[in-house]
Amino acid sequence: MPALPDLFAQALNGLSYGVLLFLLSVGLTLIFGMLDVVNLAHGSFYMLGAYAGLTLIATTGNFWLALVAAPLVVGGIGAVIERSCLRPLYRRQPLDQVLLTFGLIYLFEDLVKWIWGGRIRSIPAPDLFSGSVTVLGATVPSYRLFVIVFGLGMAVAVWLLIERTRLGSIIRAGVFDAEMTGGMGVNIHRVFTGVFAFGAALGGLSGVIAGPIQSAYPPMGASILIPALIVVVVGGLGSLKGSLVGSLIIGQAETFGKAWLPGASMLMIYLVMAAIVLLRPQGLFGRPLK
Amino acid sequence: MNRMTRRTFLGATSMAAAGTAVGPWVLRAQAQGAPLKIGVVLPYTGVYAVLGESITQGMELVFARENWTVAGRKIEMIKEDDEMKPPVGIRKTEKLIDSDKVDILTGPVHSGILMGMRDKVHNSKTILIVSNAGADVISRERCSKWIFRTSFSNWQPNWPMGGWVAKNVAKEVFLVAPNYQAGKDMMNAFKETYLPAGGKVVAEDYPKLGETDYAPYLTKIKQSGAKAVYCFFSGSDAVNFVKQFDQFGLKQSIKLTGAGFLTEPDVLPAQGKSALGVITGHFYTPLLDNPVNKKFVADFKAKFGGKSPDGFAVQGYDTAEVIIRAVKAVNGNTQDKDKLVAAIAKTEFDSPRGRFRFDPKSHNVIQPFIYIREVREVAGGLNNVPIDKVADVTDPGTGCTLPA
Repeated sequence: MPALPDLFAQALNGLSYGVLLFLLSVGLTLIFGMLDVVNLAHGSFYMLGAYAGLTLIATTGNFWLALVAAPLVVGGIGAVIERSCLRPLYRRQPLDQVLLTFGLIYLFEDLVKWIWGGRIRSIPAPDLFSGSVTVLGATVPSYRLFVIVFGLGMAVAVWLLIERTRLGSIIRAGVFDAEMTGGMGVNIHRVFTGVFAFGAALGGLSGVIAGPIQSAYPPMGASILIPALIVVVVGGLGSLKGSLVGSLIIGQAETFGKAWLPGASMLMIYLVMAAIVLLRPQGLFGRPLK
Repeated sequence: MNRMTRRTFLGATSMAAAGTAVGPWVLRAQAQGAPLKIGVVLPYTGVYAVLGESITQGMELVFARENWTVAGRKIEMIKEDDEMKPPVGIRKTEKLIDSDKVDILTGPVHSGILMGMRDKVHNSKTILIVSNAGADVISRERCSKWIFRTSFSNWQPNWPMGGWVAKNVAKEVFLVAPNYQAGKDMMNAFKETYLPAGGKVVAEDYPKLGETDYAPYLTKIKQSGAKAVYCFFSGSDAVNFVKQFDQFGLKQSIKLTGAGFLTEPDVLPAQGKSALGVITGHFYTPLLDNPVNKKFVADFKAKFGGKSPDGFAVQGYDTAEVIIRAVKAVNGNTQDKDKLVAAIAKTEFDSPRGRFRFDPKSHNVIQPFIYIREVREVAGGLNNVPIDKVADVTDPGTGCTLPA
């Protein structure tokens, strides 16, 4: 039986990984909830965020500036994509949208290779958090503690935005019934663009946050997409709360899977997903299936 | 919908028509035996795309030097992306052998793809020059008269390291490598000399290939009491592992050692100062002090925008050098395959890594040296500085009985 400090250290590892998954999946789930689009290109926004962050840090030397500016850049790209490519497809079958966003993955991957080249790059951690600290006998990089605090802070901020502001109530109304919300005099198209851009910006933000932990390379978006989709399925499509709880569960499942059953760590998260979907097909916090 | 279907149908029909029109022309060209067709199966996308790029650049450097002709034949490279997926790699291999009818095949990076290609290559008597994949069995039980290897067997860079680490670093080690053939081969080769030298393996872990978060393993390493880690990682895995190892504060108390791929120039800039002090074993470092290497490094940098060559580029360079020399030796006649195989087996030249030659027993390269290298800050940034070396490292080739 592992000692208590080991358990605690692994739980912290799982928490930091889970929070990273949350930052990534929250944009995915918001876009799905509002626009009914499974945005497979969400991993590309994550990648674009990391690369935009890379360039901003290289030119300004300031991690915090990159953390703010890179998501804005990616959000802008998201807005353009929504207006130009996605909007004409809303009335078509969902498969057409899936195909479009799938194609975007390749487009963005080649774009990144073209601009930044195929070499593996990495974002240095900000000086403030470059060391490691010992918490109750567990050694953790201080940057991971920052990620945990920042991610949970973002969860609260997004929750406040959706649940406590006028804009949030419009978004929630749009999720519930877009057509009716449009009938109430809300410019639903503009809301759609805004939500897509916001989701994309969150994807970009997670890319910058992950940069100091993971390396940046062109297919990075494709490899992170699977766990993000699993989180959305576990948490419930379109649910903010679901994406938080789902991320934390998957983060712990994968971490303890790696620690105790290294050969079967991927199996672990699929088992968790299968168990949850069997018990609640709509996911933990999803709307009941019609 | 109907219109779409008809258009697709028309498109398919016209493509098929074009295909039949091209057919006879291709056959005629082959009858004249004009270009030397070299089929290349490498990853050009995915985690190991940079490896495919380096190997290809090494080959192109040699072919460009020869003005893309050898023994009066034009050199034609047919590049196929195996995406690091065995089913894709095998399909592309079949395409190159069956429809392109290549004269010589080269690649792949992935040991799994090599194992999948092996029977097709062997049965169709296609000459394959392996330019990366290190699966040991290809030099052992599953060796073939038609298969050569210019890169390394997984055993080669690791076997000398076991004894060296036991003697010079620590007697208690934690082993980590990705969970696939190459990872296990390399750790086993390390153990072959580490255990007899009095070393003890405290624990070993095999994370999945393409892992992004090593935190759970690093926590286990920290608590295991090991004095050193010996590992094999490559590409983005190597960047993530080395960076996270440093971030978890393990560098102060545990020495990081491994197979050379861990700190090759494709990953070193991204690892940055986290890689300082890491000790690895490999057949090459750009700092080698011999005239062929000095010219190679200068030419490579000049041709590819200042990029420093790595071991992968040397593998591509040597593969192309073997092809050029062997095809010249048979005066461009690649139809007599037995003669070509004999010519390849006899090829010997000065490579950037030292004197290049094949082991006639297994058709695997004999490493002139395995260098023990330490990452240090030198002029021009971080680099792998050779601190020791072991000469003539030859795979045991156990179980391989090649017809002489």
